[in-house]
Amino acid sequence: RSVRWLDRCVAAHGRPEQQLLFAIIQGGLDPALRQRCIQAMTQRDVPGFAIGGLSGGEDKAQFWRTVKFSAERLPRDKPRYLMGVGYATDLVVCVALGCDMFDCVFPTRTARFGSALVPWGSLQLKNQQFAKDFRPIDENCDCPTCQRHTRAYLHALLRSETAALHLLTLHNVAYQMKLMGSMRESILQQRFPEFVRDFMDTMYGGRGGPPSWAREALASVGITLD
Amino acid sequence: MELKLLGAAGGRLGSLSGLGRSGAAALALPGCLLYTRAGAAPHLTHDTLSLVRGVPGVAQLPLPALAEIHDVLEEYKEGAAKFIGMPDAVLYCSLHDPVSPCPSGYNTNKAVSLWGSSGRMEMTASKFMDIQRAIQPDWFQCISDGDTVSAEAGRKRAKKSVDRSLSFLDVCLQLQEKSPELQGSVMFGAIEGGDILEERLRSARETAKRPVGGFLLDGFQGCAMAKETKLKLIASVTAELPEDKPRIIHGVGKPDEVLECIERGVDIFESFFPFQVTERGCALVFSYSCHPDPEAAVVLTQNGAQDLEKNGAEDQDEISKADPEMTPFEICLKDKKYQEDFGPLLEGCTCYCCQRHTRAYVHHLLVTNELLAGVLLMMHNFQHYFSFFSAIRDALRDNKMDQLKKLVFRQALDGPADVKLSP
Repeated sequence: RSVRWLDRCVAAHGRPEQQLLFAIIQGGLDPALRQRCIQAMTQRDVPGFAIGGLSGGEDKAQFWRTVKFSAERLPRDKPRYLMGVGYATDLVVCVALGCDMFDCVFPTRTARFGSALVPWGSLQLKNQQFAKDFRPIDENCDCPTCQRHTRAYLHALLRSETAALHLLTLHNVAYQMKLMGSMRESILQQRFPEFVRDFMDTMYGGRGGPPSWAREALASVGITLD
Repeated sequence: MELKLLGAAGGRLGSLSGLGRSGAAALALPGCLLYTRAGAAPHLTHDTLSLVRGVPGVAQLPLPALAEIHDVLEEYKEGAAKFIGMPDAVLYCSLHDPVSPCPSGYNTNKAVSLWGSSGRMEMTASKFMDIQRAIQPDWFQCISDGDTVSAEAGRKRAKKSVDRSLSFLDVCLQLQEKSPELQGSVMFGAIEGGDILEERLRSARETAKRPVGGFLLDGFQGCAMAKETKLKLIASVTAELPEDKPRIIHGVGKPDEVLECIERGVDIFESFFPFQVTERGCALVFSYSCHPDPEAAVVLTQNGAQDLEKNGAEDQDEISKADPEMTPFEICLKDKKYQEDFGPLLEGCTCYCCQRHTRAYVHHLLVTNELLAGVLLMMHNFQHYFSFFSAIRDALRDNKMDQLKKLVFRQALDGPADVKLSP
């Protein structure tokens, strides 16, 4: 079905110069289906490939294997857009597995629920513990929210004002942008594995280390966490 | 704080200077305050607020939201301005939030009730001053009894409001003397008295005898008081007040009412009205331009005819769905008729929203319940309202108040004039 639709879309696409039409690889968690799909779609002349069907909360062990399987079989010189991913850890691992582009509602949605993303997890600012916390969300963040406001103020504002949601959205988007920016930088500086180790340490340091699926996924591309 | 009047006829054109910690801030008069909720302009962050033109130099921070976090402010120690992220703003702390209803019958000789998101808070003069010490406002309304707005208030209740408010004032003035944190803060005395002329005059005269920095006219909120009475009382009250101290009025926001109060000696208004307009999914579109160019006259007829046509066709539906609070100064973007209207909210408006977006888009945002609707509407409504006050000052300067009044009062009856705003 997806291959049929791809062909119909390519045929109907009237503005290839202004709009890039990506093919979306499907096939669930089944390698054979994914293989068939990739084989068929890579025969079509598209500027890029999306890896779809993998952001529905499936088992993480199968998730990473399917991402890797797909990324390995897609052309190296065309972008791989992993749809619906995601959480910070997922982003880091999937970059290691060969993905280039991502999209996710998570940072903005979680902001609207009062949750601020930080390198070591997230802060539920509606929680009473922040009522008198006069630090910014993240002391090292240079977003407009962290430059001007404290956790205590955001906590108070969250009771009743939509402005709080906007402030948190600003911060969470900045967090995502910074995360991706640091990954690019570390790759350019040939120290991506080190970046991954630092990231995992900060995120999971005090809590028994990163989840096993992440460990395995990273190990499969040669990145070991001690 | 220094008030300078320029001597125009029809209103107190001038300015208030020497404001704020730095003493460098100023407020043009007649003018309005920036309405905030819990210290933030509604729907707006510092960055989006900075895209609104004409934001007044003084912000209103209603007390209830701050009273609810009194303990936090006390521990913070550095005052509300810094806490809310507006360290350089000039802050006026009013006793109540103009938008929240204040149920009647909860004040006593010793305490006044405030209403916040977590319900009722009873406040004595001493507790009130404790909280002000933690807030450290530039200006603040002295705790007063303004519970005369409901229709059942009579002469006795009016007298009580005056007596209590004066007693609170005297206690608070004494407490202020003993508070180092409040030495730089200006106390505003509330003029009460319900709808009884005698009591209003007494309140004005007595309050004026105290060393307050300014006055606020209270108890004129809502529509219980007959318009004639309201206007007469306002004029009588301001006549009793010293020329060189600012007069704020609470609860007045509609453009026609603003003009009526300015004529009667009021200097400063709140800006809760554009917020209320925003909350009902509406945009202010009333005209205040007294200098229409000849081209605009043609646009006027064309636009006016088109919009009237639209109105005529869907009158039945509109009436049944329209928000009862809606005024003739606005259009309701929730209305289906804007679904494919690709013009700006208001032709000629230079606000962020009108420069980039269409009525159709804002309609869509409202229908899909997107937060962005509130952001864009608030930016437009604030800018339009602040620009209105600027036009008032221009009209006073150019002796064109009569034209402005005529234009606004006509729209109060007929609806927006749809004239293209001149730059």
